[in-house]
Amino acid sequence: MSNSSPALPKSNRFTKHKGAREWQERVIEFVLFLAGFSCVLTTFAIMEILVVESWHFFQTVSIVEFVTSKDWSPLFEPPGYGILPLISGTLTTTAVALSVAIPMGLIAAVYLSEFASGKLRETVKPILELLAAIPTVVYGYFALLLVIPILQWLYSFVGPTLSNIFPAIFPVEMSGFNMLGAGVVMGLMITPMISSISEDAMRAVPNMLREGSYATGATKLQTALQVVFPAAISGIFAAVILGISRAVGETMIVAIAAGLQPNFTFNPLDSAATMTAYIVQVSLGDLPHGTIQYQSIFAVGLTLVLITLVFNILGYFLSKRFREIY
Amino acid sequence: MAPAELSAQSLSPAHNAVSRRQLISSSFAILGLLVIFIALMVLLALVTSLVLQGAPRLNWKFFTSFPSSDPLEAGILAAWVGSVLVMLTTMLFAIPLGVAAGIYLEEYAPKNWLAALIEINVTNLAGVPSIVYGLLALGLFSQQLNLGESVLTAGLTLALLILPIVIVTTREALRAIPNLLREAAYALGASRWQMIWDHILPYSFGSILTGIIIGMSRAIGETAPLITIGALTFIAFLPPLPIQPEFPFISFEWLTAPFTVMPIQMFNWVSRPEQEFQVNAAAAGVVLIVMTLTLNGFAIYLRYRFRKGVKW
Amino acid sequence: MVEELSLPKLNFPTTDLKAEVQDLDFYYGTSKALKNVNMSVPARKVTALIGPSGCGKTTLLRCFNRMHDLYPGNRYDGQIMLDGINILDRKVDPIEVRMRISMVFQRPNPFPKSIYDNVAYGLRVQGLTKRQAVDEKVEQALKSAALWSEVKDRLTESAYALSGGQQQRLCIARAIATDPDIVLFDEPTSALDPIATASIEDLVNELKQQVTILIVTHSMQQAARLSDYTAFMYLGELLEFNQTNVLFNQPAHKRTQDYVSGRFG
Repeated sequence: MSNSSPALPKSNRFTKHKGAREWQERVIEFVLFLAGFSCVLTTFAIMEILVVESWHFFQTVSIVEFVTSKDWSPLFEPPGYGILPLISGTLTTTAVALSVAIPMGLIAAVYLSEFASGKLRETVKPILELLAAIPTVVYGYFALLLVIPILQWLYSFVGPTLSNIFPAIFPVEMSGFNMLGAGVVMGLMITPMISSISEDAMRAVPNMLREGSYATGATKLQTALQVVFPAAISGIFAAVILGISRAVGETMIVAIAAGLQPNFTFNPLDSAATMTAYIVQVSLGDLPHGTIQYQSIFAVGLTLVLITLVFNILGYFLSKRFREIY
Repeated sequence: MAPAELSAQSLSPAHNAVSRRQLISSSFAILGLLVIFIALMVLLALVTSLVLQGAPRLNWKFFTSFPSSDPLEAGILAAWVGSVLVMLTTMLFAIPLGVAAGIYLEEYAPKNWLAALIEINVTNLAGVPSIVYGLLALGLFSQQLNLGESVLTAGLTLALLILPIVIVTTREALRAIPNLLREAAYALGASRWQMIWDHILPYSFGSILTGIIIGMSRAIGETAPLITIGALTFIAFLPPLPIQPEFPFISFEWLTAPFTVMPIQMFNWVSRPEQEFQVNAAAAGVVLIVMTLTLNGFAIYLRYRFRKGVKW
Repeated sequence: MVEELSLPKLNFPTTDLKAEVQDLDFYYGTSKALKNVNMSVPARKVTALIGPSGCGKTTLLRCFNRMHDLYPGNRYDGQIMLDGINILDRKVDPIEVRMRISMVFQRPNPFPKSIYDNVAYGLRVQGLTKRQAVDEKVEQALKSAALWSEVKDRLTESAYALSGGQQQRLCIARAIATDPDIVLFDEPTSALDPIATASIEDLVNELKQQVTILIVTHSMQQAARLSDYTAFMYLGELLEFNQTNVLFNQPAHKRTQDYVSGRFG
């Protein structure tokens, strides 16, 4: 032991238990470390499984076809393996969801953080959190059996006219499965998450900045939008990026309500399959291990992970770039 | 000096401009209230529509019947038992692993690349889409480890899925304990582990529990990863119960049994074209919502209670 | 009854009064933080508020620009008259009050924006949008705050790149850019080092040519150096208010004497 001088007798009462106790502490620390390391292993396992199965997949299918063809029909003869239709479905539903969730989430966050009384905030926040906790399969039901019928009814007033003018974009009747309905419900689902994280970021802005703004004669809205919002922008970016990855990875709502036919389109009124919906569709059937269709879901999964990774990296740099020290 | 009459005059020549700015500000407040009102209405509409549609099926028989091709006969017995067993398995893995990892990162981890690597991975895993965990489980647990489409596979999958949630909340809970208490424990001669076990863990118990419950409520509603590993939708038998009437009284056979869970049962019914099955789906949805909302309500209550009770 | 309540009203010659506090009580919820305060704020002079911590000097200062309105449960009772209007009246918009009475805080609190945008902020929220007019006002304010020569080449840099003393001068520039009638200073040097403190004090001396200044300070030396008038507060009451040299040299009250001679506080 470095800190006990050699002159001390072995049974000194200060050193007697030191060895055993240190050994015990080290074992505990090592066990805890292993638990933490399981996360690293999980990431590696995910990448290993996805890459290995995708590797087998790309032995049969050329990568060029995969990323450029607009035909995704692995379950038909002849099969097509172009992932673009699945990507267009994913991006369209995500865009619809975000155009609902970003304005709603941010308005709610600004209101709760800067306008609402403490009491109202403490009441509303947990209820909004409940909205985020409802299982996605229930949201799927909600989209298919409530929201889409309402949208269809609303569309029946404008659809015939619009389809006369722009027949390529607007169908006469809205289909019972479409990306608009799925996207809107997805947006409602991620609104509380965006609102809650942005609100936390805005509440973390020190009060002295608000007072500085009020002292110059600013209104609440001016203070909120011109001082608090910019000061919290890094956290708000993080919330939006999290919302995007949630929307890109969301499965059940789109599997239930967006239809399952791959369709290369960015028109939200169409029905289409997303990457996640395709994985579910294949998994529902009984595909034997080792077939090309079985491998295809891993290739799609790998694409999905890479896309969310891109968004996460983007978010990381955005928050870093705009991180403010107040 | 008597206060001047205010109705007609004001402090500054910019009075009208100020009123306009105030008006814009107040209009935003109304917009904010409206958005929150819409969000609350969505929650209300969702719950009401489920309850109204599902009401005719919500009876005792629904809970005690197996699935059937006749919607009037079909029930959720296999599904809710499956959900309970899968949740048990998930807890068994996620709690010790998550809490231990949280303790390591917050109390032990040195500032080196290895700890940084673990941290980055926790953040990353929290952002991985849930269906990807399904692919991991399909490739690793079902195929390579040969665990098949079992309760154990499902529990492990969901445990990995909620691990980041448990780790992050554990860390937050530990971080909230002031350093003074750690130093007080050390000053009395406690070792690091004694300090954690005797002081830090008991004091942060409430917050950690809240995180675990939030994680469980997430897991109980997850559908996609379990579909991927091949959970069955038509199960007309129950797995062997963990507690047996004969010696040794405990059985682990249920771990390897095939299963279905509530959300999958609901998904199955939603995807049927027959109108009558939608009623079953709604009823299953009500049960599912009650389950998750109860868990969440409990977590919110706990958070509120512990926040109120503890003052550092 | 406590002896202090019988204190006479102002007993010094005043020519030009900017504002007048009349029978002001202030409550944080149910606790009474200010008790029957009466005082005058002479125009284009520096008036200091001193007293032991918790005596209500900052509370009184924040009544002037209605800062207390930002938090629920606060209540004013009484008047602060400015140009014949009671600015504490419910019907008076606190925003209009703050446009005319600006404030510099205890710790520098620049916004996470550029130096230029910090000074321009008040002008912009008050509706000045013409680029050239804003430019002029910003330059003028930065010059008055003795900061122009240091920052004129880096107006677009973040305000956080400045030192603590510079940040506080930036906050002063922000406060005077809108040509307020009164500037409130809440212990503006308590977070600064002695050199930065000296430069802020010089600045306050300069500024009183243009505006009326009300300053809270915990340092008696600072009050003596800077102010023309001084109010001594104790337990929410204004015990004594007089020309600074009178208050420091011939205080009327024993408590004031004890405090200014450093016996307590």
